[in-house]
Amino acid sequence: MTNLIVELSKYALILLMALYTCMTFISFRMKTRKSSDYMLAEMTFIMLLLQFVAYLVLYLKLGEKEDMIYYYGFQALFMVLVTLLWRLFYKDIHNTLISNMCMMITIGLIMLTRIDVEKSVRQFKMIIIAMIVSMLVPVIIRKWKTCCNFDTVYGIVGILMLGVVLVMSATTYGANISFTIAGVTLQPSEFVKILFVFYVAGRFAKSTEFKDVVVTTIFAAAHVLILVVSTDLGGALLFFVTYLVMIYVATQKAIYCAAGIGAGCAAGVLAYNLFSHVQVRVMAWQDPWSCIDNEGYQIAQSLFAIGTGGWTGMGLGQGMPSSIPFVEKDSIFSAISEEMGGIFAVCVILICMCIFLAFFNLAMKVKNKFYCYLAMGLGTMYAAQVLLTVGGVTKFIPLTGVTLPLVSYGGSSLLSTLIIFGIIQGISLIIYDEEREVEKERNRLERDKRRKDREKEKQKQKA
Amino acid sequence: MNETNEEKIEKKKNRNKKPKNQEMLYVAYIFLGIFVCMIGYFVYFQTMVSSNVITSAYNKRQDTFADRVVRGDIVTSDDVVIATTNVAANGAETRVYPYNDLFAHAVGYASHGKTGIELLANYQLLSSHAYFLERFVNEVKEEKNMGDTVVTTLNYELQKTAYDALGDYRGAVIALEPSTGKVLAMVSKPDYDPNAINANWESISSSSDSVLLNRATQGLYPPGSTFKILTLLEYMREGNDLENWTYECTGSYTEDDVTINCYQGKKHGMVDLKTAFAKSCNGAFAKMGMEINNTEFMRTCNELLFNTELPIEFPYKQSSVSLEKNDETGTVMQTAIGQATTEVTPMHMALITAAIANGGNLMKPYFIDSIENYTGEQVKKYMPSSYGKLMTAGEAAVLTEYMTETVLSGTATALQSEVYTAAGKTGTAEYTTDKSKSHAWFVGFSNVEDPDLVVCVLVEGAGAGSTYAVPIAKKMFDTYYVNN
Repeated sequence: MTNLIVELSKYALILLMALYTCMTFISFRMKTRKSSDYMLAEMTFIMLLLQFVAYLVLYLKLGEKEDMIYYYGFQALFMVLVTLLWRLFYKDIHNTLISNMCMMITIGLIMLTRIDVEKSVRQFKMIIIAMIVSMLVPVIIRKWKTCCNFDTVYGIVGILMLGVVLVMSATTYGANISFTIAGVTLQPSEFVKILFVFYVAGRFAKSTEFKDVVVTTIFAAAHVLILVVSTDLGGALLFFVTYLVMIYVATQKAIYCAAGIGAGCAAGVLAYNLFSHVQVRVMAWQDPWSCIDNEGYQIAQSLFAIGTGGWTGMGLGQGMPSSIPFVEKDSIFSAISEEMGGIFAVCVILICMCIFLAFFNLAMKVKNKFYCYLAMGLGTMYAAQVLLTVGGVTKFIPLTGVTLPLVSYGGSSLLSTLIIFGIIQGISLIIYDEEREVEKERNRLERDKRRKDREKEKQKQKA
Repeated sequence: MNETNEEKIEKKKNRNKKPKNQEMLYVAYIFLGIFVCMIGYFVYFQTMVSSNVITSAYNKRQDTFADRVVRGDIVTSDDVVIATTNVAANGAETRVYPYNDLFAHAVGYASHGKTGIELLANYQLLSSHAYFLERFVNEVKEEKNMGDTVVTTLNYELQKTAYDALGDYRGAVIALEPSTGKVLAMVSKPDYDPNAINANWESISSSSDSVLLNRATQGLYPPGSTFKILTLLEYMREGNDLENWTYECTGSYTEDDVTINCYQGKKHGMVDLKTAFAKSCNGAFAKMGMEINNTEFMRTCNELLFNTELPIEFPYKQSSVSLEKNDETGTVMQTAIGQATTEVTPMHMALITAAIANGGNLMKPYFIDSIENYTGEQVKKYMPSSYGKLMTAGEAAVLTEYMTETVLSGTATALQSEVYTAAGKTGTAEYTTDKSKSHAWFVGFSNVEDPDLVVCVLVEGAGAGSTYAVPIAKKMFDTYYVNN
C-alpha cells in the first residue's frame, strides 16, 4: 500500500505543480482586484494540496510519525495565515508574488524535511521570524519617502560590512563568508545585496551625469572586488550583473553596458589566472569526470541525482540526495529534481522566472525613478541568483555556491530574500498611491475646468 | 495657457517620472532568454546526456535499485547466458555464472565490489524496461521487477576456444572485430570462479597468483618482436627507402661494444626488409633502431597510445616506452626490438593491430552490444565509435603487407590456411636475465583484404611466439571461420 501511494503521489505532485505553474502565469492577466483575489485563493488551495500529498508521503516514508503530523499542521496553518494577513494588512499588494513566495517556501520545507527534519524545523522557525520582519517592510517603504536620500550611507555601510567580514572571517571551502554573533551565524553579504541596490538606485535617481556615474562605479567595483578577494565568486558575480543592468537602464547608454561587460570579461580572465579556486571551479565544470574524487565530486553527484531522477523523479524519500555535498544549500535544486522529477524542477524554474517578471513588471509601473531602479535591481539580483544556482548544479555554468532564494537552507539568505519581497510589496503599494494621486489631480483639474467654463459662460451671458 | 488638461496631467506626471524606458524591456527579454536557455539545457541534459552520465560506476544511486529490481542477465552475442540471478522461493537472490571460470575476467563479479561487465552495465542490469503495466502491478504488490538483459559483444565459441587453447598456461587472449571495435573474446589466466566469490573471497583476493588481475588489460609485459611493427613504422615515417634496403645477418649485430643476437643465434644471411621483418631478424632492427631519431620515434609511439590513456572502459595499465635523445647504444637497440624497459598490455597490442587492420583508424573497443528488457525486446543499441587515426591508410597498408609476409614465409607460417588469409607478427620476449625464459606473443588478423578478426595472444614464460602463441591464434581463426 505504501508503495502504491508513494508511486501515485509522484504523479500527483507533478500534476499539481504543473497546474500551479500554469495558474501563476495566468494570474498575471487578472485585471480586477476581485478576480486576482479569487486566483490567489485557488493557487493557495493547489499549494496546500501539494503540501498535503508531499507530507503524506514523508509521513509514510520517514520515522517520526506523530511529530510529522503536527509539523505539517503548523506549516499548512502558517501558509494560510501568511497569505491572509498579507492580504488583510495591505490591500494593494501583488497577489502572485505572495502565492509564489509561499510556494517556494513550501517546496523548500518539504525538501528540507526529507533531507534533515532537524534542519527543517530550524528553518521553519527562521521563516516565522523573517516573515514577521517582511510584513513590516512595506509600511516602512511606503511612509519613509526620504529613504532615497541616504545613498552614501548605504554605500559606506555596505562596504564596511563586507570589509569587516573579509578581515574577520575564516574562509571555508573557498567561499561562504560568515561570522557568528551570539550563536547566530550571519552572512553579511546577503544583506549588503539589499544595501547595494539601495545605494545604486539612490545614486542614479539623483544623477546620471558622467562624473557621478564614475563615482558610483568606483563604489560598486569596490563591493565586487572585496567579494572576489574573500573568494565569494557567486556573490561578486551577482553584484556585478546587477550593477551592469542598473547602469544600463538608468543611463540608457549601451556603451556603459558594453564597457562593463568588457571589464567583466577582462576581470574574469584575470581572476582565472590569479586565483586557484577560480581555476578549480572552471576545471570541475569543464570535465567533472576526470576529477570526480575531488573538485568534480559535487557537480558529478548533482548530475547523478538529476539524471537518475529523470523526468518523474525517484519519489520522495527514495533517492539519495544526501550524497550531494551541501545539498540543503547550493544543491537543493538537484535534490528536488532527483526526488520530485525533472518536470517538477522545470516548474520550479518557471515559478522563479515568474517572480522575476513580477519584479520587473512593478519596476515598469512605478513612476518614481528611485523605486523603479530599486525594483529592477532587486529583480535582477533575484534572477541572477536563481540562474547561478540552477545553472551551476546542472553544469550549464561553473558552480559558484549560490543558494536558491527561499528554497535553500540558511537563515541569512531567507531573511534577506523575504525583506526583498517586502520591499517589492511596498513598491506595489506606492504604485497604487501614485495612481490615486494622479486620479485626484485629474479630478481637481476637471473641477477647475468646469468652474472656469461656468465662469466663462456667466461672462458670456453678462456680455 | 493653451495646454489642455490632459497635457497638464502628463506634465505633472513626468516631473517625478523616469523617461520612457525601452532598456528595461530589453533587460527583461535578455533574462527571459537566459531562463529559457537554461530550461532548454535542462531538457537537453535529461533527454540526451543523462543516460551516459548516470550509468557511471561512480553513481551510488544504482545500488538502491537492487531493492526493487532483480539483477538482469548477461548474455553473449550468440545468446548464451553467462550471468543470471536465481531467486529462491523465500526471495533470496544468488548471482550465478553458468560457465564458471570461462568468462571470469570479462564478466566480473557483483559482490565484494563489482568488476567487469557487472560493473560496466550495473545501471542497465538494475533498470527494468518491462512493460509499464507489469511494472506498475509489481510496484503495487511490492514485488521486484525483472532487470534488463545486457547483450555483450563476446562470442561464446571464440571465448571457449581461447580459454581451452591457452590451457594451463598463464597469459591472455583477446579477439576484436577491427571494423567496429567489438571485443569478441577476452581471456586471462590464471582465473577464478565468480560463483565462489562469496564463499572463497579471502583466498581468491589474497591469492599469490593474483587471479583477480585481468592480464589482458592490466598485465604489463615486454612486447619483444611485436614491437618491431612500431620500429618499422618509424623507419618508414623517416622516409627511408624500404624497397632497396638490405642487410647481411650474421646472427648478431654489434655497435659500440653492444651485441644484439638473433633468436637462438640464427643467421638469416642476406635479407631485404620484408624478410627481416617476417623472420624477425633482431640484428636488422637493432641497426634500424640506431638510424632512427629517438625523439621522433617516441612521438610515433605516443601516437600509438604508449604512455597514454587507452580508450577502454575496463581498468587497465598504461603501456610505457622511453627513449631519450642521448640514450646509450644498448638501450636504443634493445628498445628497437621491444626489450629494454618497454612494457605493454595485450589489449594495447591488440588495439594497435586493430588499427592496422582497419586502415589506420582505431575503433574504440566495447563490450556491450545492446540492452534488452527481460522478454528480449531491444531497449538500446550501442554503436561503434571511432577513436581516430593512429596512422595513415598508406602506412597501414605497408604494415599489412609486411605482416602478411610473416605468414607467407616468416615466423607464422602455421597460419596458412585454405579458408582465410592472415597477417601478423610474433614475438618472443625475454623478461629475466635467464635467456631461456620468454613470453610468447602473437598479434595479427585474418582475411587481409577486408580484415574480420584481430587476435592478440600472450603466453607467459612459454617460449617462442611461433611455437606457443601462433597455434592459439590459429585455433581462434579456425573457430571464427567454422562458425561464420
